[in-house]
Formats: sequence, C-alpha cells, structure tokens
Amino acid sequence: MSRRISYREALREGLREALLNDPRVLLMGEDVGRYGGTYAVSKGLLDEFGPDRIRDTPLSELAFVGAGIGAALGGLRPVVEVMTVNFSLLALDPIVNTAALYHHMSGGQFSVPLVIRMATGAGRQVAAQHSHSFEGWYAHIPGITILAPATVRDARYMLAPALSDPDPVLIFEHAALYNMEAELGDEEPVDIRSARLMRDGSDVALITYGGSLYKTLAAAEQLAMRGISAAVLDLRVLRPLDTGAIVALTRQCRRVVVVDEGWRSGSLAAEVMARIVEHAFYELDAPPARVCSEEVPVPYARHLEEAVLPQPEKIIAAVEALLGVSS
Amino acid sequence: MIEFRLPSLGADMDEGTLLEWKVQPGDILSKGQIVAIVDTSKAAVDIESWHEGEVARLLVQPGQLMPVGTVMALLLEPGETAADAERYQPDARLPASADAASAGPMQSGPVMAERRAVSPVARRRAGELGIDLQGVSGSGPNGVVTLQDVERAAGAAAPKDRPDGMRHAIAAAMSRSKREIPHYYLAEPIPMARALDWLAQENAARPVTERLLPAVLLLKAVALALRRYPEFNGTFIDGSFHPASRVNPGVAISLRQGGLIAPALFDADRRHLPELMRDLSDLVKRVRAGSLRSSELSESTITVTQLGDQGVESVFGVIYPPQVALVGFGRVTERPWVEGGKIVVRSVLTASLAADHRVSDGHRGGLFLAALRDLMQQPEALDAAPSGETK
Amino acid sequence: MIAPPPPSGPVPYNRDFALLLLTDMLRVRRMEEKSAELYGAGRIRGFLHLYIGEEAVAVGALHALQAHDNLVTTYREHAHALVRGMPMSAIMAEMYGRQEGCSQGRGGSMHLFDRTTRLFGGNAIVGAGLPVAVGLALADKMLRASRVTACFFGEGAVAEGAFHESMNLAALWRLPVLFCCENNRYAMGTALERSESQTDLCAKASSYGMPVLRVDGMDVVAVHEATLQAQARVRAGEGPLFVEYQTYRFRAHSMFDAELYRSREEVEQWKKCGPIHTYTARLKRQELLDEEAFLALDAQVAAEVDSAVVFAEAGSDETFESMMADVHTSGGLSR
Repeated sequence: MSRRISYREALREGLREALLNDPRVLLMGEDVGRYGGTYAVSKGLLDEFGPDRIRDTPLSELAFVGAGIGAALGGLRPVVEVMTVNFSLLALDPIVNTAALYHHMSGGQFSVPLVIRMATGAGRQVAAQHSHSFEGWYAHIPGITILAPATVRDARYMLAPALSDPDPVLIFEHAALYNMEAELGDEEPVDIRSARLMRDGSDVALITYGGSLYKTLAAAEQLAMRGISAAVLDLRVLRPLDTGAIVALTRQCRRVVVVDEGWRSGSLAAEVMARIVEHAFYELDAPPARVCSEEVPVPYARHLEEAVLPQPEKIIAAVEALLGVSS
Repeated sequence: MIEFRLPSLGADMDEGTLLEWKVQPGDILSKGQIVAIVDTSKAAVDIESWHEGEVARLLVQPGQLMPVGTVMALLLEPGETAADAERYQPDARLPASADAASAGPMQSGPVMAERRAVSPVARRRAGELGIDLQGVSGSGPNGVVTLQDVERAAGAAAPKDRPDGMRHAIAAAMSRSKREIPHYYLAEPIPMARALDWLAQENAARPVTERLLPAVLLLKAVALALRRYPEFNGTFIDGSFHPASRVNPGVAISLRQGGLIAPALFDADRRHLPELMRDLSDLVKRVRAGSLRSSELSESTITVTQLGDQGVESVFGVIYPPQVALVGFGRVTERPWVEGGKIVVRSVLTASLAADHRVSDGHRGGLFLAALRDLMQQPEALDAAPSGETK
Repeated sequence: MIAPPPPSGPVPYNRDFALLLLTDMLRVRRMEEKSAELYGAGRIRGFLHLYIGEEAVAVGALHALQAHDNLVTTYREHAHALVRGMPMSAIMAEMYGRQEGCSQGRGGSMHLFDRTTRLFGGNAIVGAGLPVAVGLALADKMLRASRVTACFFGEGAVAEGAFHESMNLAALWRLPVLFCCENNRYAMGTALERSESQTDLCAKASSYGMPVLRVDGMDVVAVHEATLQAQARVRAGEGPLFVEYQTYRFRAHSMFDAELYRSREEVEQWKKCGPIHTYTARLKRQELLDEEAFLALDAQVAAEVDSAVVFAEAGSDETFESMMADVHTSGGLSR
C-alpha cells in the first residue's frame, strides 16, 4: 500500500526503524532530543527511546563526532547528526583524520561503523555561512561513503544499509527537501552503491544529485516540450561514484551536463566530468558541460541567491549550447 | 609498379571496408588469387587479383573503409624491387567512375587549413568507418562534426548494419535505374509441359542431390537466347552500350535478413545443365554464407529473377544498372490453353522482359522472348554442349 | 622549569613486580635506543618520536590498568604499545614498514594499533585521541562494561579545542575516562608557559568539574600508585579523572631538532632524575637487585631487542594489491 509522506518523515521513519531494530543504535547531536531536531527529523524520538539513545550534545562538533567514532569502535552503532554541513568543518579532523583512516591505518584491525547525517545546501535565504554544499569535498576522501538522498525513498531507506556498512557513511540531506512529499511503497529497500536513472533520454545526459535533482528534472521536462530528449541521472552515492552508470549514460546520449550546487572549482561536478573524459572521451559529441553555483559567497537577498544557484533555466541554456540550438 | 585498387563490384558499390588481407608482402600473386576480403554493403566479398607480381606494400589496414578505386596494395613489376615500392607515391586521384564517392560539401579556403572540430565519438566512428572527415559537414555548434554527421556521411557503410546498408544500396541503385533507364516491358506465356516432362524423366535417373530444377532450364534458355539477341546482354556506360563477350546472368537471390543480391553464373550459355545446377546451388549457398567472389558481383551481364516460388504469376523487374535488361519468371500455373481450336489445360509460366529502350526496342524484345519460349519447348537441346556458334 | 629532586622513596613492591617495572622501562629504553640507531642507518624512516626519559609514566600507569581496559595514545607511543603487551617484534617490524608489523607496515612509528590489547591507536593529530576516548567510554557506559578508557596525550593538547570539548563531554556524561596528560614541558619547541595563559593543567581540568591528580612522572612508583587510585575511582563510576604526569623528554621532539628552545644544562638537570637509573638505585638500596642481576636483566632485554630487529629485517612487504583492497572493511573496493 503506497502512502504519501515527506522527506522529513521518511528520515524519521528510517531512524525509528533503526532504533527499534538494533539496541546498539543511538542518535546524538545538537538539539536532536528535547528540541526535536533542528529540522524536526527526530521529533518524538526522545519520548520513545529516552535521553541515552536520543542524546543531546553540547555545541562541540569536534568532540561529539569524535565521540561517535569512539562509540562505534566501542561496539555501538551511532548516528551522529551534525546540524548542517557548515558546522561539520569543526569536525573535519575526526571525520577525515580518524574515521576515514582508522581501518586502513590500523592494518585492518579496527573499523568505524559510524553514520553521520547533516543538512546541506542553499536556497532558503540563510546567507553565506549557512548555505554551503561541501559534500563534494567529503567525496574526495577514501575510506568513507558519501550519500546524497534526493528522493523520499532514499531518505527512508538509505539509513539501513548505511548502518550495516562496517565503515563510516556520511549522509547529506538537502535542507530544501525536508518538506517535499512523495508516494512511498511499503518496502522499497535501496542500495548505497549505484546511481539511479530518473528519466531516460537520448540527446543529452543530465547528471546531478541532491537538491539539484528537481531543478534538473524540471529542465528536462521543458526540454522535452521542445523536442530535446534529456536523460536525468541521480547519482545518489557521491563516493564511490557509480562510474559505470555515468559512462553508460554518456555513451547513450553523447552529451553531458553535470548539475552540482557546489562551487565549480574542484567540485564533485569536476570529478564526474573527469571520469567522463577518462572513460568515455570517445563517446562524446561535445565537451562535458556543467552548471554549478557561482563562485561567490551565497548572498542573502532572494533574487541574488537565486541567481547564484543552479536553476532550470541555466541547465536548459547549457543544453542548448551543447546542441547548438537556441530558444 | 602495379597499383592494386579496390574494384567496383557493382553500380551500387561506392566503397568497401577491408576485413582481411589474404596476402603478405613478398607473396607472388597469380591471376585470380584472392587478395583480400572486403565488406561491401551487400556482402563480404573475396577480392581477386587480375595482375601477377610480387606483393610489395599493403596500403590499407583491416577495418578501413575506402572508396572504390583506392590503391590497396602495390605489386612489383618485373625488375622492380621493394625499395621502388617504398618510394612509390600512389596516385591519390580516384578513377573517374568513383569520383562521386569523394564529393562532399565544399569548404571555404582558409578553413581547410584549420583543424576540423570533430567530436571525439564522431572522430572515433569516422576512424572505424574509414570516413574522410574533410568531406563531412558538421551540424553541431560552430560546425562541429557529430556522430550523426559521420553516420549520415557513411550512409550504408556500417558493416554491422548490413541489412540497413543493403536497403540503402538497393534504394540507390534502383532509383538510379528508374531515373536513368527508359524501361519497356514485355511478357510472354511459355508452355512448360515439355520441359517439366523432360525434367521428370531426367531426374528419375539422378540421385536426389543431383536433380535439376526448372530454374536451370530457364537460365540456360535465357543464356542461349541472349547469344542470338546480344543487345540485352551487356552494359550501358557513358552514353553507349557495351555488349558483353560472355553470358553471365546474375541470379537474384533473396537474403534471409532482407534484401537481395544477384551474383553471376559465369558462361551460363556454355554449361551443361548438371554443371549449371551445381553452380547455382553453390552460388545460393555462398550467398547465404556471405562469401562471394568480387567478380561474381561485378561481372554479371543481365539479371534473371524468379519470383515463382513466392507465388506471383509474373514479375516486371527494374534493371540493375549498368545492365540493360532483366528477365523475370513467374510461377508455373495450370491455365486454359487454346490448342488446335480446343481449350485444354496446360502448365504455363509467364516470362517477362524489362529492357533499356536506349539500347533495344520492343520488336527485338519480342523476338528475344519468342526465342526463349521456343528454346523451352526443346529441353533436350538445352543440355547440349554449345556449338561453336558465337553471336 | 627546574627539575625536581631525583626520586628516592621506598619501592613498596615485592621483588617480582618491582623488577617487572624496571624490566619494562629497560625494554622501552633499549628498544628506542636501537630504533634511533636504525633510524640513523636508514632502516627506519619517517617520524620517530622517542619516549626516552618518560618511561616511568607509561610503565607505571599501564601496570595500574586492567587487561580489558581501553587505551588511546599519541604518536609517542612505543612504550605504551610494548608495556601493554604488544610483541617488540611487531613494533619493530611496523617501524620497518613490514607487513608483519602490528599495522601491516601501513602506520609506522606513529600508528601502532593492537586490537587484542585494545590499543586504539597511536593518533598523530594532537588532541584527536581525546574525543575517541570519550566515545569508547560512552559505549562502555551504555553497554555496561566495567572498563576504563585511558587516554594519553601531551600537555600540548590542552591548547586544542578537542581537549576542552572532550573534558566537558566526558564530565557532562560522567564517562569512565582516565585522562593521562604527559606533561613533558614542551609542545615540540614551545614551552608550556609560552603557550598557555594558565599553566596549571589541573586547574584547567578541574574547571570541568572532574577530580585531578598531579604526580612526579619521573618516579615509576609514584606514577603507579597515583594511577591505581585514579583508575579505581573511574571504574567505580565517579566519572572521568585527570592525571598530570610531570615528566621530561631527554631527546629531540622527533629524531632531530636543534634544541634551541631549551638549554643543555636543563636537560642535564632532568637527566639526574632519569627514571631508570634512579629506580635501579632504589632497588639496589633495598637489595631487590644487585649489579650482576641488573647486567643480566639488561642482557636479556638486549637479546629481545636483537631478536626483534632480526624479525623486522626478515619481514616482508605488503603487496600493493593487498594494501589497496583494504581501504574499506568489506575489502576489494577501490573507491
């Protein structure tokens, strides 16, 4: 029986299921308990599971992420909520220098089965310090898995495989998606290794993830009305990248636009393009193109914020340039 | 220095892709030796050499697509050495008959010197197809050559798309035929009783594998009739008719995957029926297997098509240029037939002639069909070895 | 800072345990002296942070812990690994970069790990071990294990945010962490008084509401007694406890530095307090040891060192493929 729920509710259901199924699971982070979660994801869980397992932390990203690592090493299955990716910079050291390295550096003796969730992205007029998209940075690092659920289904079901993974998994939830609703079937388990084709097409491949997925789908819809067939690939997993899916779609469409809310330089989009060039150069009919955020701190004013982020119009323009057509 | 060039194996062949060399530098070629296997829009074909000499250089790589007339290899003439071959610059210009293949959109002067903007996939595909990118116009932004442009330019060339390619090739040849050749059509019923009776008798004495089919009688009759009416046996090239010295009817054979091909039965007029039967069976087998010799595709002098098996009563064909005639046979049917003032039932087959009015007239065509009809009434004579009569 | 008077108090242990402390200090000392020699010979590379002078801390403290306790250390951790029970051969092989090393040669001197003795790592980022220790203790508390997590760090780490966040978190949640601060006076070349407005480390820890102890880190007996007391309180559920071990490093920060930050006289002054010779003298004074026995012990330790070197020399190299296949626990994924 399918039902309509929000991305937020889907995340909460996933958490609740994990807490019910495994007594080793706990959720810790700033305001996850009494406040109910900054984005209300954990609302109600404190009452059900108590303050030990729905554990409010001080504003100490470095310590509570590091403690999550220790707890994972010590036999728990912690889900650490870092309120937003912006604050995760305060926890970069434990994530990059400890969580990601421990298994390998210890000669395979220790694993860190830790899940870190955080909100990411712009689009809500919260200005420069609260509008970052750093998931591409994290995808640079071997030893961790980077997930970007863009659909209600992934929001609901990505947590279980993430918790089953013996190594650290970071989940980036786009802040603009929490209120999004969609139909969800009873049981639709997902993997955390592959990209998903959201729309098939033959003229151009639009490759994206996270909050940009819906802008990209909107662009594809408008392109279709003009007779341009655009395929849309939701990467879902930013590390390891599903290179096979990227290459296959490139081969199919021969033209690619990568849409990424991160800044262009050194972005995830850059990595996707590099793989296309490495693995599918001879399949290309045009240089890979991308639509990223403008290289400027994200401004507060609405019209300016909209102007710096990827938008359907920019995606369409990029496609037109590739095809040599104009609107 | 002998230039071994890709021969044109038919009006619909503009190019071919080298599949395999059958010779190596240093080999001494004899006439008729298979030099290479080339994929055409119709089939993979063995290319024979008409020269003798030592193979000095192979100039084309397997996989390369080349226009008809391309110098594929250099053969040494007596007294020449490999060093001569190294120095030799083949004449890049193509023979006149193949110049259409190289015609492409003209580029303005200065652009010619620049590197063409070709997409990677288009460049790769062009390499696979052997397409010269200079001749391909680009439809992408700023004139970039795209995959689609290359495939359009390649037309029927892609070997893996043979049915498609063949359809294009047939389309091109038949359009040309209807555009250029003023066809006229004649038909004549041929009583088959005698021929069929004679065949039944003849076959009774033969093992199953060596039995003769009516088609062999018809082919032989056509061949013999052509000796009397040579204006139907030959080619029309550059405004004039060239009668053929041999009678090599091309037998239209349909392919399972679609399309058809009409390889030649050489010297059909000079063969005994059993021999002709063997040749025909062999030809059908090789057509299905895709292993035809180049001469079989290039040297037919008329086409014979028989659609009787499909159940049609008569067929009026389109001439395969540059040939000048096509003979069609329908199915053998029992029909009311007036003989000596009475209506009797007879086995009858309708023979038709499509012929080129530039070369012959209906009067001669009628005589040709009448001769064919009469020849079929003396089946025992068809098996006879040909007399010394030529023309 | 002026060196304290050399430790000279009575050794309140039976002969076996008294000699065990000496033996372990000697093992650490001789192993590290050999390491320094091998570094000079090019057999060991990278960073090599020696513990020479500080042996009483690791030896006295670790013998106060229980076998199932957790241990988190810094990059100056050869002593802790060895005393904890890791074979000297595994340490030496690790420094050689051999796959027979405790971390398969991937970590080297700074990253000694041992799952069997619950050594959660030589952590080479100053302060980074503290939050991990807090998390280990959280797991023990939630899983109701009666473990103590001993977390060693230098005094330089108290300048890091990780120190303060971790002290706060451990105290807030009353976690069984024993914070073991090895105050050897210098963070690389920066003396404590040149980097801290408050040089009283115990005062910093106290501000988080946890009990503190300050102990002479050159005296293995004092270290052991203080740590015994501290771990008992932590194990009893009193929450975290902070111990400052005042000690001194006799050699450079890593293998070589110009030591412009301290005087030769200061170093010589501290060497008079050297944990091994002062403790040996005390044992002799109490007739728990004579020179002959000492030499025999030293020879035994030298033999262990020699055999560890032979083991490391004979070790093999991990293959590139094996190394690449172990980025993730599931293996095989080169991502």
